[in-house]
Amino acid sequence: MKSPTKVIAIAAAFATVASLAACTSDNGGGAADGKVELRVATFPPGADAAAYEAFATQEKQFEDKYPDIDIIGVEYEWEGPTFTAQLAAGSLPDVFTVPFTDAKTLLENGQLADVTDEIAELGYTDKFNPIILDAVTGPDGHLYGFPRQAYALGLQYNRELFTQAGLDPDAPPTTWDEVRAAAKTIAEKTGKAGYATMTQNNTGGWQLAAQSASRGGFMQSDDGTTATIDNDGVKKTLQFFHDLRWVDDSMGDNFLLDWGSINQEFAAGNIGMYTSGSDLYTALVRDFSLPSEVYGLTTIPMEPGGKVLGGGDIAVLPPSLDADTKAAAIKWVDWYYMQKLMNEDAAAADAKALADSGQAVGTPVLPVLDQATYEESLTWIAPYVNVPQDQMKGFTDGIFSQTPVAEMKSHTQEIYALLDPVVQAVLTDKNADIDALLAQANKDAQALLG
Amino acid sequence: MTALDERRSLEQRLRPRPAPAARPVRRRDRSLIGWVRRGGLATLVFALPMLFVFSFYSWWPILQSLWMSFQKTNLLTYQFVGLDNFINVLSDPVLGRAVLNTAYFALLALIFGFPLPIFMAVLMSEVKRMKGFYSALAYLPVVVPPVVSVLLWKFFYSGSESGVFNTILGWFGIPAQPWVQDAVQAMPSLVLEATWAAAGGSIIIYLAALLSVPPELYDAAEVDGAGVWHKVWHVTLPQLRGVIFVMLILQIIATAQIFLEPFLFTGGGPNNATVTVLLLIYRYAFENSLGGKYGEATALSVMLALFLAAASFLYFKATQKWSTD
Repeated sequence: MKSPTKVIAIAAAFATVASLAACTSDNGGGAADGKVELRVATFPPGADAAAYEAFATQEKQFEDKYPDIDIIGVEYEWEGPTFTAQLAAGSLPDVFTVPFTDAKTLLENGQLADVTDEIAELGYTDKFNPIILDAVTGPDGHLYGFPRQAYALGLQYNRELFTQAGLDPDAPPTTWDEVRAAAKTIAEKTGKAGYATMTQNNTGGWQLAAQSASRGGFMQSDDGTTATIDNDGVKKTLQFFHDLRWVDDSMGDNFLLDWGSINQEFAAGNIGMYTSGSDLYTALVRDFSLPSEVYGLTTIPMEPGGKVLGGGDIAVLPPSLDADTKAAAIKWVDWYYMQKLMNEDAAAADAKALADSGQAVGTPVLPVLDQATYEESLTWIAPYVNVPQDQMKGFTDGIFSQTPVAEMKSHTQEIYALLDPVVQAVLTDKNADIDALLAQANKDAQALLG
Repeated sequence: MTALDERRSLEQRLRPRPAPAARPVRRRDRSLIGWVRRGGLATLVFALPMLFVFSFYSWWPILQSLWMSFQKTNLLTYQFVGLDNFINVLSDPVLGRAVLNTAYFALLALIFGFPLPIFMAVLMSEVKRMKGFYSALAYLPVVVPPVVSVLLWKFFYSGSESGVFNTILGWFGIPAQPWVQDAVQAMPSLVLEATWAAAGGSIIIYLAALLSVPPELYDAAEVDGAGVWHKVWHVTLPQLRGVIFVMLILQIIATAQIFLEPFLFTGGGPNNATVTVLLLIYRYAFENSLGGKYGEATALSVMLALFLAAASFLYFKATQKWSTD
């Protein structure tokens, strides 16, 4: 008879091997009841319960229409650090979204599924705004995703701080000089940061690019081969930061901010103004608990030759999906993302589901499809709009008179990363040499471009 | 018993005993059955779980990353590039900054962070009452999850006049400081937090080591007229030196791999003032991961590991005699 210790040891060994074997089991789409299981991206971790309620309603509507597909919502947030590992490990959702800036790199790396035929079959190829379609077109001319939402950068402001500082929240600044003056007043009257800008995790470069573009300073040649960072628009932007920080002392005391932390500070009432995407309201209210009445949005001030930086995201599929899952994924993308942009019933149903659970409807975006369809779609959702649109009037009235420009084409995130320290240097070192910083950044960016 | 007998008996006792006669060597059964009979199978089965776990989760990834340092990869496609990754890393202008920053952190931690736990432990060992309470108090920061303590200290380090530390400075008429928001003050601020967070663990180890110091040595020193300082210098520290040497090399290895504080406090800023080697590895691997700089990240990791291995080896060689005499 074997001793108990031997039995235990053998059992432990088997358990270990079995658990290791389990690690390699796939999470493929097949389900026992013959349905196709489709794992789709929902919201970033931390979204409120109401968002999931709205999603559950939509999930049911979809499954009623397509009974052979079983939708499984997966928490998802686009993050460069984890994306590649998730992709390699096969743990990405079957449908997820990525920003325009990263789509080009991903599709060139073969990390996105080719959906040219599917888009053509749905008849959408000619419907997209051509500038936006460019973001999903590979060097081979094929399409690798569905542009589903676009935004322009806008000036976010806190109406409550404006009021406390004696400024009119219904007449936000329209020039950079007015922004500076308002920031100074807010800082003096309330003790809060009148103006702030992102500086970390590549967002410093992103916002520097946006604010420089509004002053006519662009960072790369159109073909993406030459770095043009060392220009007057960028210089003026950095000088603006310098003056607000060191002359007016109107930028508060936190200069290490990224997209999440600046939103957090803004929602906590510590920041008067900053630039970010026009669709930010949804996230601010849903993920950062911003009271809706304090929110204000207007256009970024434009100087001669200036353009408004845009962006957006794209619904994509990983290249590894089998045919059945891919077909199901296309149905979901079409139903969940696309139909509400072009179909009255779908738009109304989507808006109703969102509004019923207290989610934002009517946040200002840019048209993904042609302008006429976009304007028509606004009338479909009008009864369900629940965002304070009059607090965003500055933006909605002004945005279509601004000229949009896409983000730089090559090595976008890497060049943004190079510019983070430049913005940080200006904000934390009174004697930072802007000319030298820009000359060095331009040299480093050109080295990346080859 | 005569004196001679007594002496013989004493010599007998002191004489080294002859080695016991070697037992006849039984020929070992080298067959598989013999191996099983001797318990070889049970040994193997007991070792298997450990072998599997270490192989899959430790040794295999280490080998893979070594291999990856010679490749260009986005984890889907792999291409052998020879020493390119190492060349890219060595020609990166930020590398020099990262190495200097890491050395600066290590130096500050050595000067301010290393003696503190020894001092605290000696002090606490002298306390006669509520010893457990003080030990718990010292160890408390170690129990707080590191991310939580960094968030807490971020709050303390607020650059505004109403920030916790700035309020305290204000009581003494010292103007508000920018702390982590300033390129000069950022690194010392990180060291301060790291010292606070890690000192408790070291204090407990030194306290345990202090228990092994024979009390007679202190008594003897006291008889010789030694004061507190002399007792610490001539008795306590020499008795602790083995532990101190091990703690020193552990601290050097830990500070060379400092990541959490710069990552969470400053993200390497302001203006790369707190970029460390490990943070640079992280940036290579993840910041712009779309193109995949995993090759560069693993190349720098390999270089860091080799450097630390060599430094540890030299350190132990250099201090071997000193620490065991």
